[in-house]
Amino acid sequence: MRFDIDIGKTVVAQGRRFALAARFTAEVERLALFGPSGSGKSLTLACIAGLVRPDRGRIAIDGEVWFDAARGVDVPARERRVGFVFQDYALFPHRTVEENVAAADDRGYPRRRSAARRSEIEALLATFGLADLRASYPEQLSGGQRQRVALARALLAKPRLLLLDEPFAALDTTLRERLRGELVSVQRRFNVPMLFITHDPDDLAECAQQVVEIADGQVASPS
Amino acid sequence: MDAALVPLLLTLKVALWATFFAAILGAAAGLLLARVRFPGRDAVDALLLLPMVLPPTVLGYYLLVAFGRGSALGRWLEGSLGIELIFTWQGAVAAATVVAFPLVFKAARTAFEAVDRNLENAGRTLGYGEWTVFVRVSLPLAWRGIVAGAMLAFARAIGEFGATLMVAGNISGRTQTMSIAIYEAVHAGDDALANVLVLIASAVCIVLLVAASHAVRRGRSRIVPL
Repeated sequence: MRFDIDIGKTVVAQGRRFALAARFTAEVERLALFGPSGSGKSLTLACIAGLVRPDRGRIAIDGEVWFDAARGVDVPARERRVGFVFQDYALFPHRTVEENVAAADDRGYPRRRSAARRSEIEALLATFGLADLRASYPEQLSGGQRQRVALARALLAKPRLLLLDEPFAALDTTLRERLRGELVSVQRRFNVPMLFITHDPDDLAECAQQVVEIADGQVASPS
Repeated sequence: MDAALVPLLLTLKVALWATFFAAILGAAAGLLLARVRFPGRDAVDALLLLPMVLPPTVLGYYLLVAFGRGSALGRWLEGSLGIELIFTWQGAVAAATVVAFPLVFKAARTAFEAVDRNLENAGRTLGYGEWTVFVRVSLPLAWRGIVAGAMLAFARAIGEFGATLMVAGNISGRTQTMSIAIYEAVHAGDDALANVLVLIASAVCIVLLVAASHAVRRGRSRIVPL
């Protein structure tokens, strides 16, 4: 997948000004955005997903323009078909594991699921070891289980690109090592390109094919 | 028996309609103030809470001025919709709605503000439009808060006195609600009727208070309004 990112965004939070100027291109299936916390990684990811509107610049994925300030292009988040795994996973607390995984089907009017769709959901639950937890609520799950629900939920929508915000930050060390391997195998198995952000150098070696470094809102090592 | 039953039924009818309107308007205003930033937001917020602090008679007077025959709005309501608010039970609904509105509004605003923005964003990345985000994510998560506010609004509407008296008057069998009937029974020296009415009103309000605090305490909502 080809990433053409060149965006600027200034945000003011709690009286502090933060200016992001992210510019990078890459053509890989597993790209990492690496930098210390507060460097603008999450903001960049939110801009790519369409959840935050950049002040200026251009976002093109595989040549398809998602955002172009100069031409007035801004494809809404719901049409970008990105799978987003939030740092705290953002699972719907009022819905069961199965309902969370199947949540992508809830856009539009309620209708009966086809048999093919049901078996797709079943396959995802089985792949991520969630079949026995289908009736549980997110608060009853461990960190690793929550991450799997978030991944399965994102994958059911057949995203063109998977964005992961600090996918390992909330997990303990042993779980981290296991899930790094899992993430790579998920990427290969579902053949979905991914862009993930991390502040941990250990994540890079195992998961990333290419690394974009970001510090204080600026991309430090142009790739 | 009719002396107690008629005002009770009228009060329930008025309070239910008032709660219905206050719940819809209050939830909509709560969502707007919780999610949309616009100039004059604080002023709108204060204005919407005003019915909670204004004396009910003052509110009633404003309603009289706004909906009376002398006003364009009052003439329009009567002329094109056939709704007359002055000295009718519909007027009592209008008065109770205004008085009860801030209770739903405040509860709904707090409830919507407590909904994690990332949950709404998660919906958007899954392809949800804004209406689906509201129906599938924001509303179910804010639901308990809104219901608790609506219950308090219902209790407040049942007890409405001042504004109702100003707008709807005290017409026995037509606009005489329970609170007004109690006042009149005491004045007329009918202690037996006053006792019955007071006991009914107390029981209804205690049950509502317990139910409302229970709804809030239960925390997470698994009730999905669909």
